[in-house]
Amino acid sequence: MGLITVSGLGKAYKTYPTRLSRLAEWLLPMRGPRHALKWVLRDVSFQVAPGEAVGLIGINGAGKSTLLKLITGTTQPTTGGVAMHGSVAALLELGMGFHPDFTGRQNAYMAGQLLGMTAEQITVLMPQIEAFADIGEYMDQPVRVYSSGMQMRVAFSVATARRPDILIVDEALSVGDAYFQHKSFDRIRQFRKEGTTLLLVSHDKQAIQSVCDRAILLDGGRLAREGRPEEIMDYYNAMIAERENDTVRQQEAAGGKVQTVSGTGEATVADIALLDETGERVEVVDVGSAVILEIRVRAHAPIPRMVLGYMIKDRLGQPMYGTNTHLKELPLDDVRAGEDVVYRFAFPMNLGPGTYSVATAIVSTETHLVNNYEWRDLALVFTVMNMRRPHFEGSAWLDPAVEIQRT
Amino acid sequence: MISPLMLRGLWAYRGFVLGSVKREFQSKYANAVLGAVWSVLSPLAMILVYTVIFSEVMRTKLPGADSGFAYSIYLCAGILTWGLFAEIIARGQSMFIEQANLIKKISFPRICLPLIVVLNALVNFGIIFGLFLVFLIATGNFPGWIFFTLLPVLVVQVLLAIGLAMIAGVLNVFFRDVGQFVTIAMQFWFWLTPIVYPISILPAQVRSMLVWNPMAPLIGAYQSVLVHGTAPDWAAIWPVAVLALLLCVFGMRLFRKRAGEMVDEL
Repeated sequence: MGLITVSGLGKAYKTYPTRLSRLAEWLLPMRGPRHALKWVLRDVSFQVAPGEAVGLIGINGAGKSTLLKLITGTTQPTTGGVAMHGSVAALLELGMGFHPDFTGRQNAYMAGQLLGMTAEQITVLMPQIEAFADIGEYMDQPVRVYSSGMQMRVAFSVATARRPDILIVDEALSVGDAYFQHKSFDRIRQFRKEGTTLLLVSHDKQAIQSVCDRAILLDGGRLAREGRPEEIMDYYNAMIAERENDTVRQQEAAGGKVQTVSGTGEATVADIALLDETGERVEVVDVGSAVILEIRVRAHAPIPRMVLGYMIKDRLGQPMYGTNTHLKELPLDDVRAGEDVVYRFAFPMNLGPGTYSVATAIVSTETHLVNNYEWRDLALVFTVMNMRRPHFEGSAWLDPAVEIQRT
Repeated sequence: MISPLMLRGLWAYRGFVLGSVKREFQSKYANAVLGAVWSVLSPLAMILVYTVIFSEVMRTKLPGADSGFAYSIYLCAGILTWGLFAEIIARGQSMFIEQANLIKKISFPRICLPLIVVLNALVNFGIIFGLFLVFLIATGNFPGWIFFTLLPVLVVQVLLAIGLAMIAGVLNVFFRDVGQFVTIAMQFWFWLTPIVYPISILPAQVRSMLVWNPMAPLIGAYQSVLVHGTAPDWAAIWPVAVLALLLCVFGMRLFRKRAGEMVDEL
């Protein structure tokens, strides 16, 4: 019980050049197909053994949702198939089909019936559903007066009222209040202990690593990697870093400069890179390793006094560290038009694991307000990973020497 | 036409089907003071309007009937049953589009949706037609045992509606023009069927064209039983029964063939 076998699964959507071509294809089947296939998922095969917990990760558009829909049977595969043994509960869209004018209790019946339960079965489970949802007298009030968290509570309680052989969970669980998130996660863990097979989709490293035995990475509709959760998560993070760099380049190429780059343009950043000790360009850096931030500035007009500054920010945009050549007392005087200046900033990467971005500014004094030649956000994105050191928390690498005295 | 797998799916989801029918009925009147009374008031208003306009203003005379209520009964016989037919088709052509969210996100037997539409329409029809029967009995116009010959007529009519609704419902997902077209076509079909006017006012050549209107013999059967107490014209009805079955088979085949693609298109 609780076995999921996915073999050679593929999904393609039909795209027709015009609305009429579908009609033509239907009415004149002998003339051959007129549609093109757009593949969103291809050749995906894997197995989830009974009682196993597998995490499914991938960026948006990698095909995670499509894969889940195929597994739950919402959509039909174009190639291959899915075989499942045992009862299935899917927490993909909680609160689907809730009617705002009906009470929580009535909607709980509706949700249960959508899962294939009869009214009698739900009546038996109702006390337990009510207790787990724990929303008190709101249970008998119309759902339109609920907060989204309360609706979630009812929906989750109904969906997990019976322990399924297979539980499929999407990130749906990340909504709702912290208390209920813990409560629901505990229930999932409990199910798992009792032998439920789990398929979990999440971006949350913590969730995947704490619950799953194995992780599967989807990329571009294909199964990119399969293995231990930590290994796959690390690979995934590196992949994102690369992707984020791509976007920046695309934005620049597409003339999106207005948003990311500002300034009068007498001097611009022609190139920016993070180099490791050997001088190789890197995008993923180990905690504490020595790096060089290399910035090539091109002057397009004569500049009497030029200062270059940079700021390293975390993924939320909080500044980690910033400095400039004025503060370092190294401003350049009389830069000629057409001159290339290469700056190298060497420092140890004493940041915690995560994704960081670098913003650059070319100015005439220490602030960018006097002569702002160029201001560039997200000029570079890189990832710091902890590859060699014991695990630590936070975004700074403040490794202590520990001394302990016992008396 | 219906595979055993479909039947098993329907049985497993009987709770959902019955619950949906009940909820839809409740939700329509949940916040109305008069509640379900409205489901009676609106057809009643329509019958009143037609009775006044056609029998008083336009002085339409029903040949061979002299009861004071004859024209009202004639109207009810046609309008109430047409209402059932029209409701199944109108709701059926939009059933998949309206439930797009559910279809896209939850795995359940899709065949539940047409069943819910048909059951809902039958509930609404049952209420209003039940009231009409009470009226017939109270005014002494109940035709007696011959009334029960209308049951097979009703079955044929519902089958015809289901067949058309399935075809329109599936096609509408892929070509939204179908929904618009069906709405207009139903208007014409209503007025091209002798429902508010007696067939006798039609010129002879138009009357002969009614052979091609499958609703004409069905509505005619209700009218002849309820107004005149004479049995339905079975010879005119059985071709409609065959047509209804063919449409049902075609509709189900279309549904089964396109159900998977439908999810991608919604």
